[in-house]
Amino acid sequence: MLETKKTFSIKGMHCASCVNLLEQALKKVTGVSHANVNLATTKATITYDSQQVTDEHLSSAVASVGYHAMINEELKSENEEEAEKQKELKNLRTKVIVSLGLGTLILWGSFPGLMNTAPAILQNFLAQLLLATPVQFWAGLSFYRATVSALRHRTANMDTLVVIGTTVAYIYSAFVTVLPDVVRNIGVEAFPYFDVATIIIGLILLGRYFEAKVKAGTSEAIKKLIGLQAKTARVIRDGKEMDIPISEVVIGDLIRVRPGEKIPVDGIIVDGESSIDESMVTGESMPVDKSKNDIVVGATMNKTGSFTCKATKVGQETMLAQIIALVQEAQGSKAPIQRLADLVSSYFVPIVIMLAIATFVVWYDFGPTPVITFALLNTVAVLIIACPCAMGLATPTAIMVGTGKGATNGILIKDAKSLETAHKISTIIFDKTGTLTKGRPEVTDIVPISVIPSKSSEQALRVSKDLNRDELLQLAGSIEKGSEHSLAEAIVKETESKQFTLFKVEKFQAIPGHGVHGVVNGKRIVFGNKRLMDKEGIDVSAAGSEISTMERNGKTVMMIGADNTLLGLIAVADIIKESAREALEALQKLGIEVVMITGDNQRTANAIGHSLGITRILSEVLPDQKEEEVRKIQAEGKIVAMVGDGINDAPALAAADVGIAMGTGTDVAIEAADITLINKDLKSVAAALVLSKKTMGTIRMNLVWAFGYNIILIPVAMGVLYPFFHILLNPIFASVAMATSSISVVLNSLLLKRKKIVPSNT
Amino acid sequence: MEADKIIVTAVGLIGTVFIYWFFLMKNEKEVAVTDSVDITVEGGYSPSIISIPKDKTTKINFIRKDQSACLEEVVLGDFKIRKYLPLNQKVTIELTPRQEGEFEYACGMNMYHGKIIVK
Repeated sequence: MLETKKTFSIKGMHCASCVNLLEQALKKVTGVSHANVNLATTKATITYDSQQVTDEHLSSAVASVGYHAMINEELKSENEEEAEKQKELKNLRTKVIVSLGLGTLILWGSFPGLMNTAPAILQNFLAQLLLATPVQFWAGLSFYRATVSALRHRTANMDTLVVIGTTVAYIYSAFVTVLPDVVRNIGVEAFPYFDVATIIIGLILLGRYFEAKVKAGTSEAIKKLIGLQAKTARVIRDGKEMDIPISEVVIGDLIRVRPGEKIPVDGIIVDGESSIDESMVTGESMPVDKSKNDIVVGATMNKTGSFTCKATKVGQETMLAQIIALVQEAQGSKAPIQRLADLVSSYFVPIVIMLAIATFVVWYDFGPTPVITFALLNTVAVLIIACPCAMGLATPTAIMVGTGKGATNGILIKDAKSLETAHKISTIIFDKTGTLTKGRPEVTDIVPISVIPSKSSEQALRVSKDLNRDELLQLAGSIEKGSEHSLAEAIVKETESKQFTLFKVEKFQAIPGHGVHGVVNGKRIVFGNKRLMDKEGIDVSAAGSEISTMERNGKTVMMIGADNTLLGLIAVADIIKESAREALEALQKLGIEVVMITGDNQRTANAIGHSLGITRILSEVLPDQKEEEVRKIQAEGKIVAMVGDGINDAPALAAADVGIAMGTGTDVAIEAADITLINKDLKSVAAALVLSKKTMGTIRMNLVWAFGYNIILIPVAMGVLYPFFHILLNPIFASVAMATSSISVVLNSLLLKRKKIVPSNT
Repeated sequence: MEADKIIVTAVGLIGTVFIYWFFLMKNEKEVAVTDSVDITVEGGYSPSIISIPKDKTTKINFIRKDQSACLEEVVLGDFKIRKYLPLNQKVTIELTPRQEGEFEYACGMNMYHGKIIVK
């Protein structure tokens, strides 16, 4: 029997007695061995046989006692969300069509110049009243509802402005239609403005319809990430292969992944090898070859080979789930630049209402005749043109698109604040080891002097003037095999990669700080630094110039000797990453000062730094001093970013204005860093800065547009231009402007998606 | 000045003062919460100001009853939470604040505001 555990939510639970009832109902299902229901979380956890029990069994058991089981909750709630949004959109569309249709008829019958062509019935004020009423109170019902509930809380919003504006126009029009004589008696022509009320409602609803459509695009990145998830996994349990839903995979499950399949969860390869395309999750463009003991990431694509892996992380623990959670968090965070918009928006609507009152009074008291018409139309225009929504949408929509774009390029941004700070960075400090370099030493030079082991007589060493690099390496590899030093590892690895057979070593001994010695084929071989050679009385002066040249280039030189003679030199160095040079060039092009920090001695540090074109090099810095160095540079007035591996450099990353961690495997160092580069590509440092600059540019443009729009158009609607140019704003045009202003802000944010952030290779 | 203008001016002035008092001088009451609280989302948040304890997990249940698109999302920027609120469904947000202070939250378009005070 295959026991599986599952937790799901139950809807409709109220009391402790529900718990008992549910537990009993679930236990009655054949195959369920254990059921536990928690009232506080309204969740049930069951242990069951996955071959006997299906989701339907569980749902019907829960339903039989009057509750509702949400078994695939995540999936369902998302679908429900989508369905609800679609329903709302459809509803909105109907209202737009009806109100604009009726509004156009009224406009035809009442617009000066046009009305003469309209049928007489449309020119009849009572008919217009009949056409306008459903628009006002059916299509506009949502505005009224929102206003009433807002007023109950003594708050006001855009709906309040629309309601006041259109209701004033509607009631005035209804009044002159029903009681025209009263109006005529005070010397005003009895002319209604039903067109204003209906068209405004129609256009604002149309604006909302488009806004809802384009706004969906801002959260596309998250949807895309969620969509990457595989639906099923082929697990091997009790020697049998079976396809099960991904939610049922448990840690330790063996999973078979065939060519062309998505890897279902994070795991480690136990058998087989393959080339894996990880671009969808990490943004790394080249497929990676993986074999036994390599880590694989869920939702990445297996390309050529077939392999079996053991699940190490499932559910919310997988790298993809963590990335999604991080992006969601970033999209919910607030950028400091938003503060002003926040402050303004909390006073905005009441102030607009006060301005509208002032407009009415001034036009009534000092305006031209017919005063009531001018006062009324201008007041309505002020109420309708004001658009607080554009201000509210300016920053968050850009942040959502920006962080989403980062995620799809392998750049995870922790929050909006980091994204905002990143564009101000003036100095970037790179940790050397593991960031600019590969972090593991490799053999760079093999220089034999005069003595080499012979190929023909395999057990003997002979003296030769020929220089055979392979044989020197073979000898060094043999003696270093027993050493645990990191440099020894580089040499052994090199011999392994060349598939050399190693000699047998006797009397092996390591001398800390010096090197090693042992006996190979009866000869005493020593291998280590100059100190060891001095100790052994081996003269290295013949190779002196070679040694110092290599050391100047940042390499560590080791010497091998036998019988008081120097046999040769082997140099080892930490190799610079291929992308480092390009990455630093891109940053320098952006005008950013690049600093390298390392624990290496000055000579090695300078050699590597200079070869990368770095002029400011901080060497011999102990790990716990890195943070202090960051602060020192900050004290120079610089905005500092620190790029490190996220684990050893945590304090320095945290101290920097922006900490950038190079993500390694599944260890996304989210906590310490503000930005994590999961594609491990150094070029993404520049890309992250460019993304930040572009996002901030979009936000600024949005804010200027949103504020500028209100600051300029509200006074125009009030009529400040009338005394000079006789310019007034028709309320219908005001509603067009209002509807387009928030859409344009969202569209501008969406443009960020098309911007290029990755520096080109040319 | 004619009588009607005087009346319009006076009514306008009273209206302005009323608007100022009604919207900008409200005194909201803070609701102290220990374990969990239901916040009704309808024309704003009620209760709109809650106080919750530091270092303890508090469940905040948002129930949206308002169809207004503005309120369909709630954003707790300081806690990095942006949630979609389906109509008439309870959406629970668990907060375990580590820092004292006043944290504002708002709807997706930043029109309606609420406050969480951590003590």
